[in-house]
Amino acid sequence: MPDATPVISVADVQHLAGLARIALEPAEIEHLAGELNQIVDSVKKVQEVATPDVPATSHPIPLVNVLRADVVGEVLTQQQVLSGAPDAADGRFRVPAILGEEQ
Amino acid sequence: MATGATDVLMDFDEALERFEPVLGFEVHVELSTATKMFSPAPNPAAPGVDSSVPNSLVAPVDMGLPGALPVVNAEAVRYSISLGLALGCSIAPTSRFARKNYFYPDLGKNYQISQYDEPIAFEGTVEVELEDGTLWTVPIERAHMEEDAGKLTHVGGATGRIQGADHSLVDYNRAGVPLVEIVTKPIFGAEHRAPEIAKAYVATIRDIVRSLGISEARMERGNLRCDANVSLRPRGQERLGTRTETKNVNSLRSVERAVRYEIQRQAAILAAGGTIVQETRHWHEDTGSTSAGRPKSDADDYRYFPEPDLLPVEPSLALIEELRAALPESPAAFRRRLQADYGFTDGEFRDILNAGVLAELEETVSKGAAPAQARKWWLGEILRIANQRGVEPGTLVSPLHVSELIALTENGDLTDRLARQVLELVVAGEGSPEEVVQARGLKVVSDDSALIAAIDEALASQPDVLQKIKDGKVQAAGAVIGAVMKAMRGQADAARVRELVLERAQA
Repeated sequence: MPDATPVISVADVQHLAGLARIALEPAEIEHLAGELNQIVDSVKKVQEVATPDVPATSHPIPLVNVLRADVVGEVLTQQQVLSGAPDAADGRFRVPAILGEEQ
Repeated sequence: MATGATDVLMDFDEALERFEPVLGFEVHVELSTATKMFSPAPNPAAPGVDSSVPNSLVAPVDMGLPGALPVVNAEAVRYSISLGLALGCSIAPTSRFARKNYFYPDLGKNYQISQYDEPIAFEGTVEVELEDGTLWTVPIERAHMEEDAGKLTHVGGATGRIQGADHSLVDYNRAGVPLVEIVTKPIFGAEHRAPEIAKAYVATIRDIVRSLGISEARMERGNLRCDANVSLRPRGQERLGTRTETKNVNSLRSVERAVRYEIQRQAAILAAGGTIVQETRHWHEDTGSTSAGRPKSDADDYRYFPEPDLLPVEPSLALIEELRAALPESPAAFRRRLQADYGFTDGEFRDILNAGVLAELEETVSKGAAPAQARKWWLGEILRIANQRGVEPGTLVSPLHVSELIALTENGDLTDRLARQVLELVVAGEGSPEEVVQARGLKVVSDDSALIAAIDEALASQPDVLQKIKDGKVQAAGAVIGAVMKAMRGQADAARVRELVLERAQA
């Protein structure tokens, strides 16, 4: 049955928005927290039918080992690679100064 | 920019008296498969692939273009399993890829495909041989598959670093290169040998991946990259201290120095009552110091989740056993065998290991050189030049060229002195020894008639010397030999010249 206490708090939404680099107004955060809790509630219904002997799945199709032979195929030309770039220089993407640190 | 040059350091021995260092390593290995991890683009980490033209080895998958779907490279999986087995790990019956989300333009997708809670290999140990021959066991937590990121060049800053840069340029050639990241468990009890163990561990990983033939393993090219975690705790304290993660440690020597530096830096802070900030530190080869990078906090919340575009990898037992049976001997066994085969004493062999040229030496011998000759060159002239320039000997010259050089001296085409000259030119990039000898005309003059002409001329111009030799004072021949060697621009075998001088003087 749906739980009374919300699973997703306002602080959670704030945190996730920060990680996702999305600027949200306080009202939007409230609104999203509410919507996300509804989604969680809906998904919770699965728990009612999923017994412990049903293994966790990350994919709807029961396939494994879909692999590719190590054979060189086609690549894009440098021109094609850069064709969608807002800005390029020296055959490379030109991006604004990065604030923060290297990963 | 903070260079760390102002860090207060505690004397190393004093630091060790007061604190216990705990180490941990993350080593990234670029696999040398023909293609990338998830796309059929040529892999720049494979031998002979030219990646000098930026964005020329890029498929839609590597850029994360809409609709492009990754497919796992079967060979990269095999390489990863082999590496896992060589690290003494268990291979997971089911292994899954996950998305690691972060914002940084080195990958076009805004996430890296990696593995999270289901890595391909886990729980192993690596035996590391220290300089005095002691074996040290490093516990391995996991080895997982992932893709490498693109290369950024920061433009406009004074130092080519990110701080103060005006903009950055991105080359995605390296994006998608197959990587295995090897993560150790915390390493306890290293004590004053911590820097040495750090270096030996990374050297062992390098030797293992080389012997497996799964990576070019050139640290200076980024095929093998090490992040070193260091923390200190006061003697007697159970709880681990706060750790720092030093990145950009790209030579064996740097690994050793960086660990030593962090121990001394952290000890000084703790002793003064300060606290260690959990952060990444950047190693600077030039100043031999680390500087603060980003703090570890929110940025480490990567929101991993299973990669929906990929299916689990479930290696069969048959495949695992096939790969286990094909494992080469361990680097330790390999070393013992080589020492016996080559007939080197313990001391001679230790010198080779400490100079880090065993693989180069072995390859030189396999190309036809005598072990003693190979040892002489790698530990002599090549090591001398390497030390002078502060680089690894293996980066200066290829084993093939060294074996060629040795062959040229053995068949008498080059004297030792000429061979050293040729080596310098090979190192300077003038081509193979054969090519240098041809282009520069450096061959020994072995044509007796040319020597005899020069000798006769020298004897004629020094009649007093000729008379002395005739009188049996053979040591006087030195003056003539010197003149002849000079006339031959040093390109003659002095012993042969001496023989001929004595012969001609009596003629």
